[in-house]
Order: sequence, then structure tokens, then C-alpha cells
Amino acid sequence: MDQPSFWIVLVAAIFTNNILLRYFLGMCSFLAVSKRVETAVGLGIAVVFVCTATSALNWLLYYGLLNPSTSIISKAMGQELDLRFLQFILFIAVIAGFVQLVEMIVERVSESLYMALGIYLPLITVNCAILGACLFMVIREYDFLRSVAYGLGSGLGWMLAIVSMASIRERLRFSNIPKPLKEVGIVMIVTGIMAMAFIGFAGMVSL
Amino acid sequence: MIVFLWTTIVFSGTLVGLGLLLQVAARYLVDPGPFLVNVNEGAREFSVEGGTTLLTALYEEEIFIPSACGGQGTCGHCKVRLLDSDPTKVLPTEKPFFTRLELSQGTRLACQLKVKENLKLKIPDHLLDVQIYKALVSSTVDVTYDMKEIRLRLVEPQEMNYSFGHFVQIEIPDPDEGTIRRAYSISSSVKETNEIEMNVRLHPARGRIPAGRGSTYLHGLKQGDEVFLTGPYGEFELDEDPDVQLVCVGGGAGMAPMKNLVLSILDEIPGKPVWLFFGCRGTPDIFYLDMYKELSEQYPDFNVVYALSELKEDEEWDGDTGFIHLSVDKYLEDNLRKHQAFLCGPPPMINAVTEVLLDKNMRLNRIFYDKF
Repeated sequence: MDQPSFWIVLVAAIFTNNILLRYFLGMCSFLAVSKRVETAVGLGIAVVFVCTATSALNWLLYYGLLNPSTSIISKAMGQELDLRFLQFILFIAVIAGFVQLVEMIVERVSESLYMALGIYLPLITVNCAILGACLFMVIREYDFLRSVAYGLGSGLGWMLAIVSMASIRERLRFSNIPKPLKEVGIVMIVTGIMAMAFIGFAGMVSL
Repeated sequence: MIVFLWTTIVFSGTLVGLGLLLQVAARYLVDPGPFLVNVNEGAREFSVEGGTTLLTALYEEEIFIPSACGGQGTCGHCKVRLLDSDPTKVLPTEKPFFTRLELSQGTRLACQLKVKENLKLKIPDHLLDVQIYKALVSSTVDVTYDMKEIRLRLVEPQEMNYSFGHFVQIEIPDPDEGTIRRAYSISSSVKETNEIEMNVRLHPARGRIPAGRGSTYLHGLKQGDEVFLTGPYGEFELDEDPDVQLVCVGGGAGMAPMKNLVLSILDEIPGKPVWLFFGCRGTPDIFYLDMYKELSEQYPDFNVVYALSELKEDEEWDGDTGFIHLSVDKYLEDNLRKHQAFLCGPPPMINAVTEVLLDKNMRLNRIFYDKF
């Protein structure tokens, strides 16, 4: 299959196929942690790191062990062994393990970042944007480099979305919002408008 | 067949691999310590492995600070003060439990605080005397349809020197979580150092709210059963001046500390005026009234008032009706400035009674309460 180049995958994952604004994945932490730019940047960086690393790891796992035509098990056995049904549970396990690792690193490296992310860090485990990126990379049959690019792009795209949302929300505090729409209500509306604005990138590149 | 085999191998292999990776990472990333924890300016000092929660560390050192939820950060009982604290380190999970004053004093929840540096902390001195006790149930009596009076005889150690309004924590064996702890007020007089009495109301399951773990366990106990508990705990400080009147107001299940205060004061400070107000729903909820009536005839400085809030027409009752704060308003004189109050009961009752007492010029810092 003819595949788009590394750079196109990266740019498209950030802008035209933004994992949050196009597919609406990873909404829960997007809504919960987008109150302050500082925290949003912190969580965004964590997501970028986890998303990139887990796409790479999950690619190796999928094509090395699960996919019947390429897995080392099939080769060693001389017959094709289809273990693809394990992809969901193993992808999640890898993501969960990696989040633990990130948590330990953040705790060691920056006390203030750890304080800011606090209870939200474990949310990355159940951030569907990350599992979403891993599953898309399988569906679209990317090779290793493109998968990493797609993971990195998805993470960056998610970070772009949450940081822009956080800066909008910091300004929203001074506006007069009707009571029923306060907090999450107005955030949903703003997310919708942002998603429409991102359609403007559509002609640029496509996957 | 071969698919099952490989599924098992791949699945468990990946999980074991991840687990090993995390173990290795933890070894290099988490500062193993040990860190020194200094309690009450050197009264106790011990070292702790890095990453342990302070609550676990304190319990390992047999310093039993109160904790009702078992370290889940939901009860807010395990407050400690850090002497050289950094207020920015307070976690979002702890903040709701603190007042501004507590935050500025460096208060933290021991169960949420992971030890990552040397700590100096301050806890109330008497908590250092808290011990774990083995006790045997010496009697258990139904005093109403849902209230039991349970007496425990201390076996090891044999004596607990508890004070006015103190409570103990009962250790409840739990198949899932090991041990959970629930706090119960002591209802016996401070004179009894070998026995502890409690009044326990059964909380059966109601709709989606599961049955109370502590009350279910305690109501199931039989005479001679073995119970472990820690104590004594308490923040109430009785003004022992015999001229200062103590106003005790209890409602619902809040009888135990009242009984402890009344009996202890009659035993230890005879002549100190005590008022006991107790509010309950109907006549089936009344208990101990006859005993108090006898006492009030015997001791002129002790007065007792029970009020029923949901009296039914066919029930016989010659006392007060209505909510208990109305009775407090009716019987007490208007100048309570130098007197003291102990309230125990549901939050609406406490709020209403506090308002009445403030109207009668009692000072806010002389009103002690236990809301539940």
C-alpha cells in the first residue's frame, strides 16, 4: 500500500486529523484539566511522551507477537498464529505500565509539576486518545517510523488542543456566561467551535 | 490448542516484563531514604523508607493517630502539623479538609503524605500515649430496638486512663482490606479504667447505602469475644472549674460521650453543674432516662431533659416535644458567658443548638462538637 511520508503523517495527526478535535478522543481529561495553562502544558507533555513511546512499543508488540504474518511465533512454529484478539488488553497494559513510569519520573524530576498534575496523572492511563492512536496505527497499517510519527503527532495535537482550551478558559473567567452554561457547558461549545476552526486545515494534507 | 498456550505465554510474558521494568525503575527513581521523622520535638524519632505514607510509618512505630477510613483520604482524621512545611505541597486531595488556619500552620493528612524528606511534625501529646489494647466483650445489652450497650474488659494492657469525652478506635477485621478502624465514643465513667463501655447504633443497609461496617461487626459480637482497639483519643478539654456549668446536648446516636461526661463529672467533680439534653424521635428511642432521673434526684446540680421530635398520638410521654434546641432555649439561663458545651449529633442539630447557645452569650470557642 502506498503510504504518506513521515512528515505528512506527523503534520496531519496534529492538524487535519487532530485526535481530540476530529475524533473527540481523550475528552475527560481535556475537560477536567484545562483550567490553567501551566497544568495543561504539563499534562500535554506527559501525553506526548506516553503516546509516542506506547505507539512504538505497541507497534513492536503487535507486529512482533500478535500479527500472524509477521510474528516471530508464527515464524518459529512454521504456521501462522493469530493472536490479534489480544491487542486491546495488551495495549492497555503497556499504556498503564508506561503511565506508572512517567509518574515516577515526574515525581523525581519536578516536584512542582507532580503537585500540579497531582491526581490527574493516573488519568492518562484511561485517556482514550492514547489507546485510540495505537489502534489507528494498526488499522492504517503504518510501518514503525510512521507509527512513531503518528503517535507523536497525536500527542502533540492533543496537547495543542488542551493548551489552547486552557488559555481560552483562563480568559473565559472574566466573561459573563449564562449560569446553565458555566464550566463544562461553555467548554463543550468552545470545543465544537475549535473543531470547526480546525476544518480550515483540511485542504493542507490528508491521511 | 496451540493458540491457548501461546495466548497464555504472550499475555503473562508481557505483564511480567512490564512489572519487572517498573520494579527496576522504582529502584532507580524513588529515593529509598531512609528519612528521619521527628515527632513533637524529639519525643519520638524514627527512620522511614522513602515513598511510604506517613500514616503507615506512624502505625508501624505504634503511634496511633486517629484514622477512620483506613488511609483513603476520605475521613480527614489523620491531621498532623509539619513544623517546616511548604504549603504548595498540599495535594488537591487534602485541601477540602483544612481550614485556612490549618493550612497556614502546615497541617497535612498523614495518609496522603509520602515521606520523601526528613520531617518534623507535631501531634497532640496524648496521642503518644495511645496504645493497642486486647479486650474481651464482658456484656452486650439491647437498650433500644437498634442500640446496644457493649462493655469491653481490657485484657492486655489492663488499664486505659481515658479522660472526659474521649473515644477509642475499634479494629474491624475485613477480608478485603485487612483491618479497618471505626471510632466510637466511650460511654463509661473515667473512674473505670479496666472497662470500656460504648453505645452502638446499628446502621442497616438502606437503599444503596451499605450497612455500617463498624456497627454490624459490633452488634454481632457475643460475650467473651476478643476485640482489638486503640485509644484513648480526644480533643475535648473539660474546664474542671466546679463553678463552670457544662451543657451536654446529644441527639440520635450521640449518647455515648454524654453519658461519659455526666458520670465522670458526678464521680470526679461533684458539685459541678451539668445539664444533659437529649433529643430523639419517639418513645422507642429512649434509653437511660430512668437512670438519669434517679441521678438528678440524687445530685441537685445535675439536670436532665429528653425531648421527642416525632411523637405519635398513641405514645405516652410527659416530657418535652419538638427539636432539642427548643428545650435548650427554654431551660437555660440567658447568660452562659463563662460556661462550656459539648454537642454530639447530626449536623442540623449541632447548627441549631450552636445558634441558641451563641444567642445566650456562650463563646464559640467554649462550644465543642462532634458532627456525624
